[in-house]
Amino acid sequence: MIEYKSTSLTFFIPESFENSGVPFFNAGISAGFPSPAEDFKEQRLSLDKVLVKNKEATFFAKVSGQSMIGAGLDDNDLLVIDRSLEPAHNKIAVCFLDGEFTVKRLKVDSGEVWLQPENPDYPIIKITSENDFIIWGIVTNVIKKV
Amino acid sequence: MYALVDCNNFYTSCERAFNPSLQNKSVAILSNNDGCVISRSDEAKAIGLPMGAPAFKYEQFFKANNVQVFSSNYPLYGDMSSRVMKILEQFTPDVEIYSIDEAFLQFKGFDNYNFEDYGNQIRQRILKWTGIPTSVGIAPTKALSKVASKIARKFPKETKGVYVIASEDQRIKALKWTKIEDVWGIGRGLSKRLKLKKCRTAYDFIQLPNAWIRHNFSVVESRLKRDLEGITTLQLDEQKNKKAIATTRSFEYTFSDIDNIKERVSTFATSCAEKLRKQGSCCHMIIVMLSSDRHKKDLNQHRVNTTVSLPYPTDSTLIISQQAVNAVTSIFKKGIKYKRAGVIVTGLVAFDNYQLNMFQYENPKHKPLMHVIDEINTKYSDYKIKLGNQDLERTWKMRQERLSPRYTTNINDIIKVK
Repeated sequence: MIEYKSTSLTFFIPESFENSGVPFFNAGISAGFPSPAEDFKEQRLSLDKVLVKNKEATFFAKVSGQSMIGAGLDDNDLLVIDRSLEPAHNKIAVCFLDGEFTVKRLKVDSGEVWLQPENPDYPIIKITSENDFIIWGIVTNVIKKV
Repeated sequence: MYALVDCNNFYTSCERAFNPSLQNKSVAILSNNDGCVISRSDEAKAIGLPMGAPAFKYEQFFKANNVQVFSSNYPLYGDMSSRVMKILEQFTPDVEIYSIDEAFLQFKGFDNYNFEDYGNQIRQRILKWTGIPTSVGIAPTKALSKVASKIARKFPKETKGVYVIASEDQRIKALKWTKIEDVWGIGRGLSKRLKLKKCRTAYDFIQLPNAWIRHNFSVVESRLKRDLEGITTLQLDEQKNKKAIATTRSFEYTFSDIDNIKERVSTFATSCAEKLRKQGSCCHMIIVMLSSDRHKKDLNQHRVNTTVSLPYPTDSTLIISQQAVNAVTSIFKKGIKYKRAGVIVTGLVAFDNYQLNMFQYENPKHKPLMHVIDEINTKYSDYKIKLGNQDLERTWKMRQERLSPRYTTNINDIIKVK
């Protein structure tokens, strides 16, 4: 259950599942021994449920380049981005900076915002009022092929 | 209280969400087949790009004014719309999805709520989570909430995108500001007639005597009047099945031979039949339309439509396609360059609840056959099973020369970050 609080009411939204691979136990056979697992059935694990906490605000992106290899973000990795999360110091964020998307670690220090790459070959970027800059979403997971 | 949440320039805003460099630029989205402009950014409106502008006539304008033009990307807009609607359901259980970019909300039992705050929360959450800006109007009735959202949209600086009609003064002021042709539910014809009666604003409209409205118009208008007076009259509509289903398209080229037109009409009929089965309806009537290119005034014009009544209601692609093709053959004229065709199915009844005919009925094999075809086409997508009179090579030849990526529905199209 996801919970949303407003000033005086609390909403509970029922979760729905599609393609979550629910196991089917056919217990309707009259002859034969009933399945002993029948009473212990659980939902099969779903990666969607683990990786996507907020379906409506979640988007995916692909990493292009090496600037964040130190944080485990390699070229072609898949990022899970949650736009509902608040940006904060040390979070990895997808930002739109001067015409292109970039993923960097946010450094917030006494009112100043820096974009910190995790690769010594790349410079740290200071965000000034000259920049066309938005924080697009917060990276929650990285999925990689091995 | 009711709210109307309207996404600002929705298609344009969807493109901007994934391409923020379009922010503050003139953006235009074209209809299917890149026909005409169907969504514009505020900047594009400001430089005088009209709604519905035919793309081929405005190529120079686009270039001269540096307008960023896109083909319509319905997979993207559909996904973003469903995200917005899902977010709205977090604020109240009573949501009526009115169109792809608008929804009515009803607040029952929200006494002592600060609706301005609540409206701001709605707006902020949608903006943050999806990147789509909205205008939120909140008022005691549905019709007034629509008026309020127009005010929120028109005065973004003053309202910050949220306007609440709470007091009687605000209601009167809002109605005086609303032009009669902008009132929800008053069409072009009606507003013309009302203007002749010196009825120019929504406020003028509610001054008209009830008896006069009922005599000259219909119960719909008198209910609308009560709603505008602040008396709750219009309720949220339940998710209803459609009364008619249409597939009409312009062709990529003009066709003057019957074969190509038959193929197109069969494909449109197939699409209608699929939509019928999806909502569990059968149709009694098929309307087929055919028209030449109305922008090419020098060519012979021919615009025609015909209606076929079926002896029994059906949702079978085989029957609907066959009837539609026969119909288009009967209205086709030689020597005309046709540019557009359409199939509309109407007279809809629930597939499990219609009057049976003693002497004529559908081949009982059609239902299971359609079921199998739908399953296969869903599973493998891209229409693996088609009718023989459809073009087997043609997959989806809609003209989409300026299509943006399907950022949210295709893994190969997701945004790239450096």
